[in-house]
Amino acid sequence: MRQHQGIISRRVAVAFLLPALLFILVFLVFPSLWIFYLSLTNRTLTGRTATHPEFVGLGNYLRLLRPPLFASGQFGRSLELTLQFVLGSALLGQAALGLLLAWVFYQRKGFLKDLVYTLAILAWIIPSVVVAFLWVAFLDRDFGSLNALLSNLGLKPIDWLLDAPMVSIILFNTWRGAAFSMMLFSSALSIVPPSYLETADVVGASTWSKFKDIIFPLIRGHLLTDLILISLWTFNLFTPFLLTGGGPAFRTEILAIYTYRHAFRDFRFGFGAAISVVVMLINLILSSIYLMALRRREARV
Amino acid sequence: MKNMLRYLPGLALLTLVVGLSAQTWAQQVEVITYTCRCVTGGVNQQTVQWLNEFVIPTFEERMAAAGRNVDVQFTEFGGSDEALKQQYALDLSVGRGFDVIAFDGFWVPEFAEAGLIKALDEIIGPEANEWEGWDHIAPSIQNLMGFGGKRYGIPVGTDVRMIFYNRELFVQAGIPQWWAWQPHSWEELLATARQIKAALPDVIPLQINAGTSMGEATTLQGYYLVLLGTGEQPYDFATNKWVVRSPGILRTLQFYKQIYIDEGLGDARTQLLSDARARTFQLFSEGKIAMLVEGDFFWRAVVSPTGSNAIPNRDTVVGWAAMPATAPGSGIRGQDFVTASGGTGNILNPNSANPQLAWELLTFMNSQEGLNAAQQYQARIRARDDVPVPNEAFLTVTARALLPFTTTRPGFPVYSQTVSPQIQLMTERVVSGEFSPREAMEAYALAVIDAVGIDDTEELPGF
Amino acid sequence: MRSAWLVLSRVGFYVFSALMAAFFALPMLWLLTAPFNPRATLAVEPSWPPSLVNFQQVFGNTFAMRAFGNSVIQASGAMVGVTLIAMLASYALSRTHLPWKEGALYGLILFSSVVTGTAAMVPIFLLIFRLGLIDTHLGVIFVFMGGFLPSAIFILRDFMNSIPRSYEESALVNGASSLRMFWDIVLPITRPGMMVVAIYTFVNAWGTFLIPFILLRSPDKMPAATAIYSFYTEGGTPILTLTSTYALLYTLPVLLLYLFVNWRYGFRFFGGIKQ
Repeated sequence: MRQHQGIISRRVAVAFLLPALLFILVFLVFPSLWIFYLSLTNRTLTGRTATHPEFVGLGNYLRLLRPPLFASGQFGRSLELTLQFVLGSALLGQAALGLLLAWVFYQRKGFLKDLVYTLAILAWIIPSVVVAFLWVAFLDRDFGSLNALLSNLGLKPIDWLLDAPMVSIILFNTWRGAAFSMMLFSSALSIVPPSYLETADVVGASTWSKFKDIIFPLIRGHLLTDLILISLWTFNLFTPFLLTGGGPAFRTEILAIYTYRHAFRDFRFGFGAAISVVVMLINLILSSIYLMALRRREARV
Repeated sequence: MKNMLRYLPGLALLTLVVGLSAQTWAQQVEVITYTCRCVTGGVNQQTVQWLNEFVIPTFEERMAAAGRNVDVQFTEFGGSDEALKQQYALDLSVGRGFDVIAFDGFWVPEFAEAGLIKALDEIIGPEANEWEGWDHIAPSIQNLMGFGGKRYGIPVGTDVRMIFYNRELFVQAGIPQWWAWQPHSWEELLATARQIKAALPDVIPLQINAGTSMGEATTLQGYYLVLLGTGEQPYDFATNKWVVRSPGILRTLQFYKQIYIDEGLGDARTQLLSDARARTFQLFSEGKIAMLVEGDFFWRAVVSPTGSNAIPNRDTVVGWAAMPATAPGSGIRGQDFVTASGGTGNILNPNSANPQLAWELLTFMNSQEGLNAAQQYQARIRARDDVPVPNEAFLTVTARALLPFTTTRPGFPVYSQTVSPQIQLMTERVVSGEFSPREAMEAYALAVIDAVGIDDTEELPGF
Repeated sequence: MRSAWLVLSRVGFYVFSALMAAFFALPMLWLLTAPFNPRATLAVEPSWPPSLVNFQQVFGNTFAMRAFGNSVIQASGAMVGVTLIAMLASYALSRTHLPWKEGALYGLILFSSVVTGTAAMVPIFLLIFRLGLIDTHLGVIFVFMGGFLPSAIFILRDFMNSIPRSYEESALVNGASSLRMFWDIVLPITRPGMMVVAIYTFVNAWGTFLIPFILLRSPDKMPAATAIYSFYTEGGTPILTLTSTYALLYTLPVLLLYLFVNWRYGFRFFGGIKQ
């Protein structure tokens, strides 16, 4: 039972944990509790309610639901856009592309794999401010490389950020984040014993059935981890703001940008806090699904 | 070198210490900081030149002569007005910011009510009211930087808004009287736009600002100039209520819809871009927009031969006309033509460590000498009556023609906090085709009622 | 039949690889051409011979150059803080039996990805203000630490778990104190993990925009992430030559760190979590 006793005493363990706990409590937990309080007031940064905030109960939450709920620049529309964004860029984009890359380069070595992996990882680690500039240039109607490419194929240039803003930020975020899923699946696949596949080859199984019957069951847990994590991150992602500012006409105003507009452009701290609370609740639900799935997986192993 | 991590933390700590101590280093000089939304090479570059070539060296010299070692640090702010406002609000709310800051007059109520900025005599003492310049600035203009009967800053000047048009395009489209074109009703304005559209399909006939991207430029030179032509204002000064549903609002939005949606006389796309205003300036200077409603700022800073989007022969190419009411006599106060005025200026930061020196810089900038120097860089209508407009026919003529019947915005915090952004949103929903004018007005009404309470709003009959 | 299929799948593989390489590389090309072109537009147009005019101009902008120093201060401050504290905490977690520690840890990680976004910026702004840390490097560093610590602990715990306990047990027999043992035995062994966390924190802090943008008020403390916007006109459009040049300079440290990690340890996947 030595293992349960531990190598260091509980007192030392607490002392070692204390600094971390302190920072997390003060700069992570406390602010998120404060949001609840703020969301019940009409605190602003400018105007009379900056110095004399009032308690408004659930007023801010009711205001979120005020009609026209699904009009541009309203909460309902923003939630809808966020779901599109998460579905498009996290689930269909990053996860699918990451899985495809990991699968195609599975058990391969050499220049092409190194090249693609390196480029994907670069896209993932370049600072977001720079990435935003790169994509503004890439998507520009008159000068952008994407349109230059399309015109070589005989297609008309498209003003991506204006005429297809949601497609643009989905493409952008797929590009930006595919590396994470790729690496996660890559490391998951590396656990699959090669003998399994060799046996399948002998039997003459198709690529698809190999994937479906052998690979998929083995990496299901990782798939779940990946899907939940990237959904969560994408749900809270602010970077598209640097690309579109939420526009044109609010068509890319996902929740992080919606929150930012109310809290830091219109300075309605109370209302912004109410949005944040709702966002955190949605996140909490996502996280719980993740934790539950994880526990079930660990129980199975 | 076994463990390179051994010295990594040390190195980081060293950089920290060096960085932090560098800040407490130069203390003997008196530092005073200033910022404005002006960048070398941008639309306000003449202001930058005036500051760098005249204000800062002269002020430092004078102070040195008086035995004071003053260092004026000037920071150019690039970005939109809204971004600047954001920076000021965050700065001032935490007791930081530049000592003297350029400020748009219509922000004053909102900031003053939050205690973010303070009246000049609260910061400086009663001598702020003794400044010689006040005798040379008309009370109505002083009020541009005031709130609740107190002076919060010194205005630089005021402005007027009108239609600018490209004479070359007018000639090509065969518009009669292209040299001095003047529509007398909305219908005449639209007729000209239609003629241009027919003759010059690649040219955008008429741009009237709309949408949230343009910010206050949508409210003041777009929406206001249309709405005033219907005889209404956003705020009813007779009843002290905000007008949320009215025939004028509806007509205004229908006018927008007619231009941008029904007849395609304007390009809605350009209005919705994130750099809408800059893009619009560029298009006009390239001869791709025939008519644009803008402030005189456009003339003196944008298309001026030294401006950001220079038109070298501006005086011959660019013409101007007053914005007509729907029909003669149906504008606000029964006017035939309408215009609106705003004002910018400079204020003192109440958190300044050296308010007296900041005040000296502020008054020096706004002295007769300082503003006369400014006229060398950019001639405009200055707030002071002892600073003449140098030989600039346009400014003299437009000021004389338009200032007498101008309108200013209501000086309440809620205007800049809620009403104006909601107006921008309302126009955006119409020109993007998302909402009908009636639906957009209804959404506007709900938002404004929510902000000010139903008792402070009213409906005008007949919509 | 079978060999035809093999050829086909071989060709397919090359086409796919080429397409993927192009997909990831194309948007980055601009960063390699524009800085060296004195008349850069948004197009990928190499100028020949490459010009360093843009660099001269950027180097002449004292505010922007000072911002690099600020980035170094803030990112390395966060790096040192997070690494030290996360090492201690993850060691404690790995060597003691605490009930519900797994759940708590996962909860914290998920939570941190929520809170470091826009959601908590309002209370964080107010909190940092009340603490008197607004417009200080320390304020930014602390908020970074609060946000990055959970993931760092999570990553490091894996490393800690993989160290055999026998090392410490023998030290324990020799009567070493806990801190001594941590310093002399645990630290050297977990060096790679520590390095990963250090670099993870540095890169994340280096690239974060919103936190310094809101918490720092004076230009002389701004990091490069926000200073890049000083190359804008009033109209809100970037001056392309300077922005691209500055962006390249700003990206270089991250690239170098990546190359370093790749060369030294091989860029493996560490269950890493990135905001």
